[in-house]
Amino acid sequence: MTVLSNISFNAEGFMTDPKQWNKEIAAELAKQEGLETLTDAHWKIIDFCRATGLATGKSPTLRQITVGTGISTKDLFALFPKGPAKKVAKIAGLGKPEGCV
Amino acid sequence: MKTFLILGAGTAGTMIARKMAHALDLNQWKVIVVDKDEEHYYQPGFLFIPFGYYKREHVVKPIRGFIARGVEYVVSNVEALEPAENRVTLANGRVIQYDYLVVATGTDIHPEETEGLKDGGWGENIFDFYTYKGAAALASAISRFQGGRLLVNVVENPIKCPVAPLEFMFLADAYFTRKGIRDKVEITYATPLPGAFTKPVASAALSKILDEKHIHVEAEYNTGWVDSSRNMLVSYDERELPYDLMVSVPLNKGAAFLGAAGIADELNYVKVDKYTLQSTEYPNIWALGDAANIPASKAGAVIHFQMEAAFKNIRAHMQGKPMPDAFDGHALCYIETGFNKATLIDFDYTHEPYPGTYPLPVVGPFALLGQTLPNHWGKLAFRYMYFMMMHGIEIPLPNKFSMVGKRV
Repeated sequence: MTVLSNISFNAEGFMTDPKQWNKEIAAELAKQEGLETLTDAHWKIIDFCRATGLATGKSPTLRQITVGTGISTKDLFALFPKGPAKKVAKIAGLGKPEGCV
Repeated sequence: MKTFLILGAGTAGTMIARKMAHALDLNQWKVIVVDKDEEHYYQPGFLFIPFGYYKREHVVKPIRGFIARGVEYVVSNVEALEPAENRVTLANGRVIQYDYLVVATGTDIHPEETEGLKDGGWGENIFDFYTYKGAAALASAISRFQGGRLLVNVVENPIKCPVAPLEFMFLADAYFTRKGIRDKVEITYATPLPGAFTKPVASAALSKILDEKHIHVEAEYNTGWVDSSRNMLVSYDERELPYDLMVSVPLNKGAAFLGAAGIADELNYVKVDKYTLQSTEYPNIWALGDAANIPASKAGAVIHFQMEAAFKNIRAHMQGKPMPDAFDGHALCYIETGFNKATLIDFDYTHEPYPGTYPLPVVGPFALLGQTLPNHWGKLAFRYMYFMMMHGIEIPLPNKFSMVGKRV
């Protein structure tokens, strides 16, 4: 039994029910994304994404995260390498951030 | 006397101004439209400028010629919007109190937001084609280009006309082929998206065309900065892409005064209900066209399709009635694929572009997601339809999205 055994995911590995999420799950998902430990800086971003994601029903975009948290895009990429918006959404138990139209 | 104020005399502003001037009693209402410019641009035509197919006279016309009778046209920048006071202050000092406000100030490119983009080779070996000036400068660079690496980069989405960068590359492929130097040109497309387009079925079809034309796609590319000393584009995950000629689609943003007024999102697009197009913050403000933050394409056809809904809703709101019409997010785009062919996509908020046919009386049907010569004519005919539309002549395109002719 791991913390993830009763959690449902979609084909791309995003949680399908954000209500099932907790901090333990986040830490586990972060490990799958290659982040062994989550620092305060990580949590600041995860918390922001949880809050906006639950309020709007959508995962925030990269720009919404940088504007909302005041963290620069460069730093964001250092904290969550490769695709930060997608990575944070996954760890925060939210859906995949929408592309544009 | 009441005031119906429109900010922006582009596609959306010009159309709504005419509709309002016709509908309102001009003994009781003043209709004012403000624009910073005296020139109206046929923006879809910018795409053809870099290859010499269109000249200035095809895409630039005086705004005054499109302003309907009874509408006051003011040339000025907007200094400030104070929505709680129903007040707009213009850069020329004039203060306008409005009863209703339509924001139609569009979207602009912001190369200065990307490190090294504006202060490096901008205008030398880095160009845009989202402004007339940029497209004209690019035309001379392309005519001089003898081969090397052509890099097309979308910095961040959303952008005006999301298919335009693809069309640009398809036309570049055809242009260099005709010139006999295609084998000396490497074309690369760096996009933040996971593929060629936002919607899966169309993305697959467009990827196939890119492949056939030997255009390399660098997907999920988050542009970091430009190192113009080395002619290198660098992403935040430090993928380096060299270029001899870069065509940049810089960050797109709405007008800054909208953000300052507190009615817009982080990119200065006005927050509206995506069906009624009414501001979510102030009931007497509407936003049309590229200026609104709706999840629809920023394109001229979208404006045509949303106009009727916006007009009916504003009229109903003035009369204290429930808003009767809902915009469905309908978009219809001809995509020029080079060698006198084009493809066509038709979609809305809930339906992605499907293959099939698009029925139109007399001139149609047009092939959806197929590359045909009639689609190319359709693309060229759009310019005539556009200017008819700007003069207030109804064009025969149904507003609402329909599944007729589509194969799922």
